Amino acid sequence: MMSDGFKAIWAVLTVLAVIVVLWYAACIPMNIKGVLTEQERAGAEVQPTSAKDRRDMSEFGLVLNNSFAIPATWEQDRPRLPAPHQVAIEIWETTVQKKITSKRSLIYHGWVTLSATMLGFVIGTGLGILLAVGIVHSRVMDLSVMPWAIVSQTIPIIALAPMIIVVLYSVGIQGIIPKAVISAYLSFFPVVVGMVKGLRSPDAMQLDLLRTYSASRSQGFWKLRLPASMPYLFTSLKIGIAASLVGAIVGELPTGAVAGLGARLLAGSYYGQTVQIWSALFAAAILAACLVGLLGLVERTVLKRMGMAQ
Amino acid sequence: MILVLFAIVVWVLGWWLNSRLASGPYADTRLVRFLAPFIFGVTIIVIWELLVRGLEVSLVILPAPSVIAVRFANSLPILWEDFVQTIIKGAFSGYIIGCFAAFLMAIAVDRWDFLRLGLLPVGNFVAALPIVGTAPILVMWFGFDWHSKAAVVVVMVFFPMLVNTVAGLREATAMQRDLMETYAATYWQSFLKLRLPAAMPFIFNGLKISTTLALIGAIVAEFFGSPTLGMGFRISTSVGQLSLDMVWAEIVVAALAGTAFYGLVAMIEKAVTFWHPSQRG
Amino acid sequence: MTNNSRQQTCIFEAAHLDLTFQTNDGPIHALKDVNLTVDKGEFVSFIGPSGCGKTTFLRCIAALETPTGGTLTVNGMTPDEARRNRAYGYVFQAAGLYPWRTIAKNIKLPLEIMGYSTAEQDERVRSVLELVDLEGFGGKFPWQLSGGMQQRASIARALAFDADILLMDEPFGALDEIVRDHLNEQLLALWARTEKTIGFVTHSIPEAVYLSTKIVVMSPRPGRITDVIDSPLPKERPLDIRDTPEFIEVAHRVREGLRAGHADDE
Repeated sequence: MMSDGFKAIWAVLTVLAVIVVLWYAACIPMNIKGVLTEQERAGAEVQPTSAKDRRDMSEFGLVLNNSFAIPATWEQDRPRLPAPHQVAIEIWETTVQKKITSKRSLIYHGWVTLSATMLGFVIGTGLGILLAVGIVHSRVMDLSVMPWAIVSQTIPIIALAPMIIVVLYSVGIQGIIPKAVISAYLSFFPVVVGMVKGLRSPDAMQLDLLRTYSASRSQGFWKLRLPASMPYLFTSLKIGIAASLVGAIVGELPTGAVAGLGARLLAGSYYGQTVQIWSALFAAAILAACLVGLLGLVERTVLKRMGMAQ
Repeated sequence: MILVLFAIVVWVLGWWLNSRLASGPYADTRLVRFLAPFIFGVTIIVIWELLVRGLEVSLVILPAPSVIAVRFANSLPILWEDFVQTIIKGAFSGYIIGCFAAFLMAIAVDRWDFLRLGLLPVGNFVAALPIVGTAPILVMWFGFDWHSKAAVVVVMVFFPMLVNTVAGLREATAMQRDLMETYAATYWQSFLKLRLPAAMPFIFNGLKISTTLALIGAIVAEFFGSPTLGMGFRISTSVGQLSLDMVWAEIVVAALAGTAFYGLVAMIEKAVTFWHPSQRG
Repeated sequence: MTNNSRQQTCIFEAAHLDLTFQTNDGPIHALKDVNLTVDKGEFVSFIGPSGCGKTTFLRCIAALETPTGGTLTVNGMTPDEARRNRAYGYVFQAAGLYPWRTIAKNIKLPLEIMGYSTAEQDERVRSVLELVDLEGFGGKFPWQLSGGMQQRASIARALAFDADILLMDEPFGALDEIVRDHLNEQLLALWARTEKTIGFVTHSIPEAVYLSTKIVVMSPRPGRITDVIDSPLPKERPLDIRDTPEFIEVAHRVREGLRAGHADDE
């Protein structure tokens, strides 16, 4: 009999395998036109022979007529869709086989983005928690600021990013700070909203209990509200860190920055270096997964210590 | 300098007004709940105006609200074209396709346990990734026009919508499922009469999250290439020309579009899930 | 007595029924060697401490659980066939009304699934609402009603499609005693009018004795029947019958049965 955990892992692996197979299959029609042009130049017999006929023909027709070219669709230099192993090799070559200080090292670019993300995230969540504490304790702030914090969640505030970069550049600030500012305000609002919800989560009975002890407001905060808010805090931290990373990446787009994962994406799209785009994308994905996973680990440890999770 | 002092006075005045409202007898009325944030917003804008004029802040750093308003009023045709290109064509069509596809996928995932076990962790994982990064690839595949923006939006909204819908379809309690069993109801009967209505609060949660993601996707994708219109295009070119008043005008449009889109979905939600404790209030 | 005539009067028949759940902590004997026959028109209560299998047995009758051994027939069919023939209405511990449907629409739910015509649906909703004393509440939503009214609506829902059998799993367990007395009285009146066979799970001795013609006492680990009591009380039962010596004697016997089941534990 299969245990549940084993079954789940088996199911995930199957789904991943299907995705990889579909990916390889998709490479064939996506890349066949480019491959056939290359093969013709190299002197191979290609059906149909005229480039114009080929342009009008469907990808699937071309594949059927030129099945010999299928392996080549997984080995192109600048494919429309690179095959999984091409991306894997690129990532391997630009991480393990390059010096970290090299401009071509993905670890270098990842670090540039990560440092801005982390700086912004720490500032944004710090300020967010402070504002949430203020909102919970001050009726005026609750009434005047909270609605705006909620509305901000419905607005694509990331559209401010290019302007922030340029404005800060024009007053002489560049490098990590402008990107961190974007990361900070993107993580700020989810943390405010989540933390307010968490600090308000104790129910009337729990609050009444503290009142019977005639506990002070600060005792109520440290002994009830803050511990009760932890699950909410971690949920919004995970949203916040993902938003921070997106902010740092988008912050690297407008100025033609030379370093960072966003810059790699943009450069790749300028020069048609698809393998480079995909590897930068995967690096960003791995980074995001690590950050969220790390927070999840901290969450589990903290909540376990507090007796709120098993 | 006078203007700066005046700004401080306005701040104190606004805050005093809200304090009175908050501690007054009408603090819990709807009017105050609307008035207080409104006063706060107006105060911020007035201070912004006064500080920019008083400190003579350069137009290329921060334009005054009045300058932005004038620019907004004078550029309505351009703003409208950009709005249609980015929001209606890019974000909205992508939103509908993406949410609908995710909904169908969620039904399949819910029906076959193996898919749920396998696909849901992958979906949860992907939902946390910086998916806007796929924009350069999709722009390469689908061209500069709105189709590539719609494609980015589809990818962005798909996974949050999938995860929420699947969670919703599992929301019906064991007792409610047993009840359908005692009626010998078919799969589709129990789906339509029980699981789908029970899932609605979750589905709308996904739809609401997706409105913001759709706008983000459509605007950011334009940073990677677009025809010579669209909100993302206008923002990035105006930033390059240092005409920040235009950038702010576009941001106002984005803010209005974002709240209106979200508000629309929230209104439909209120009508559909009127029975849910969170809506009865 | 021929086999045929037996099948007509006998509604449930369980012989050597076994049910074992496989769990991570090893197998659990939910039911062991359960033998019981219930005739048409009886009101049978299942009573016992938690874990004695009373609810599990009811769920077996409803084909919500599958026994691992022995035989069980409902109306002469297997439980699953009976379920497909819509032979019974089931009332759960909680009302479980759909919050997005009005009371009337909730009662229509089984009728829609079973394909009744709209006119028939309306007629039946009207008549069962009257039966449970909820006339005029059809247009309300469940969350606008008290707990007792919600449970009455859920009974109406189980009655709507006119099955011969009504299975009730601690239907009044979550209600306070005053409401519960009232509903017990109403349930007896309803049973007298409709002549249904009722299977009723409870952990209240007075409730079981007051309602039933047959009381099945069960005990846990493994879940089994320790006593079956045929009540000598008359069919006509005002609430104050609970102060008569006959009532107290039956209650005493039930309590003895429960105690005997517990003594086994030591």
